[in-house]
Amino acid sequence: MKLVYLDNAATTPVDPRVKGAMLPYLEDHFGNPSSVHSAGQAVRHAVEEARGSVAALIGGRADEIYFTSGGTEADNWALKGTAWAKSDKGNHIITTSVEHHAVIEACHYLSKHGFEITLLPVDRYGMVDPEDVSKAVTPKTILISVMHANNEIGTIQPVAEIGKIARERGVLFHVDAVQTAGHLPVNVNSLNADMLSVSGHKLYGPKGTGALYIRKGTRIDSLLSGGSQERGKRPGTENVPGIVGFGKAADIARTEMAAETERLYLLRDRLSSELLDRIPDSQLNGHPAVRLPNNVNISFSYVEGESLVLNLDFEGICASTGSACSSSSLEPSHVLLACGKIAEEAHGSLRFSLGKFTRDSDIDAVIEALPRIVKKLRAMSPLAPRAAAR
Amino acid sequence: MTHSGPAAYSPLVIDHVKNPRNIGEMDRPDGVGRVGNPVCGDVMELYIRVKDRIITDASFKTFGCGAAIATSSMVTEMVKGKTVDEALEISNKAVAEALGGLPPVKMHCSVLAEEALKKAVENYYERRGEKPPFGTAVKEHHH
Ligand code: FES
Repeated sequence: MKLVYLDNAATTPVDPRVKGAMLPYLEDHFGNPSSVHSAGQAVRHAVEEARGSVAALIGGRADEIYFTSGGTEADNWALKGTAWAKSDKGNHIITTSVEHHAVIEACHYLSKHGFEITLLPVDRYGMVDPEDVSKAVTPKTILISVMHANNEIGTIQPVAEIGKIARERGVLFHVDAVQTAGHLPVNVNSLNADMLSVSGHKLYGPKGTGALYIRKGTRIDSLLSGGSQERGKRPGTENVPGIVGFGKAADIARTEMAAETERLYLLRDRLSSELLDRIPDSQLNGHPAVRLPNNVNISFSYVEGESLVLNLDFEGICASTGSACSSSSLEPSHVLLACGKIAEEAHGSLRFSLGKFTRDSDIDAVIEALPRIVKKLRAMSPLAPRAAAR
Repeated sequence: MTHSGPAAYSPLVIDHVKNPRNIGEMDRPDGVGRVGNPVCGDVMELYIRVKDRIITDASFKTFGCGAAIATSSMVTEMVKGKTVDEALEISNKAVAEALGGLPPVKMHCSVLAEEALKKAVENYYERRGEKPPFGTAVKEHHH
């Protein structure tokens, strides 16, 4: 059975060119970049090149890029590092109710340590109103953190506007760009971002790689204590093969993004319009227009998300109920609830995330299988009115 | 590909999700049990047909996760041929075991199956104007 992989928002396959770039650093070039001998220095050079590539992807400078173990660490660092460094200035942090768990849980942790957190609401499309951000700022506000695009429903937030507000009010601004970097143009300057999180495995790089952009002059504490790697801000021997792969992935994304996005828009729109057409009582989640080029999130009334995912899997189709990180939790998606969905609707949602290896035939497979599956599950759902189950 | 599912389900659970046994509403059942709470995402309905106190047929309808579907499917298989009082002895653990186990986070789904069955038997007694045996009172299902 051919695998139809439509869960690229959870993770992407590694681009073969990325793998090729990494291999020498798993084999011959194994030196520690902190070593002064030539084996170490050859490797140091590769790490610095990757830093330049990641910087170029987001419009920052190489010396403003700090490699991390991934998006979660970058988000945690931005929030906790800023909170600890600025606790003398204030204790108020503004974020939104639809952030990734890495941000929400970091805030939860900080709230137990004396910080005040404002979770801004969103409209029914999952969008934050910059006005609300502006109103929430107080003299004690030290940080505003808003994601660029939502990982579950794909809605793109007005981050540039929010960044402007943050700048005017003298508050630091962090952007979680894990879902957008490499997929949409991201520029730390036009967004007025002081910090920005990126992840390698969401853009065809290896897992366990990521970076936090920190604008020069931004005060931030380290999460880890140890050596002087990453200019003393993030100790720990560098994940050299991972970083090299991440850099290569960033280069590829930068040069191929424009064409790839155009291609994805067509596939995405065909998938969502066909599913909404063919399956009664289905509803697109997230913003109808201002959304990621690769995200389709639909609620199907009377059926539950996990059983949809399992039944699709029986036919070789990989999708997700929302964010992959929460698929073992029983709670309905906090994002859909924030958009005003009731629990039942939130439970019946399915996310397809397309990628650069997605072809027309993959979309065909879903369009063929899903109406059948929904019908089968509705036939055994006690919530479905009899007509819908037929 | 391993169809292990989001929560690492056993092959038998997967089999029941793929081919659920005894689905659908029953025409004029002798007992019906409906449990669950749409807020946590699951609703289960169990129907039984009883002859001479022996359950001759059972079927179900479920809105829920893979474990909810598999446990309701399995419990309808397990009760067939048992007396109504024997059916009351079927615990959620027994259902989960019969399925080759459930991930810990999904154990509560089997509770739903046990409760639906108990309610169906209670309903059977009620319909006959009899009192169900002591100890079958069903607590509401909450996560
Ligand atoms: S999650 Fe399976 S029944 Fe609650």
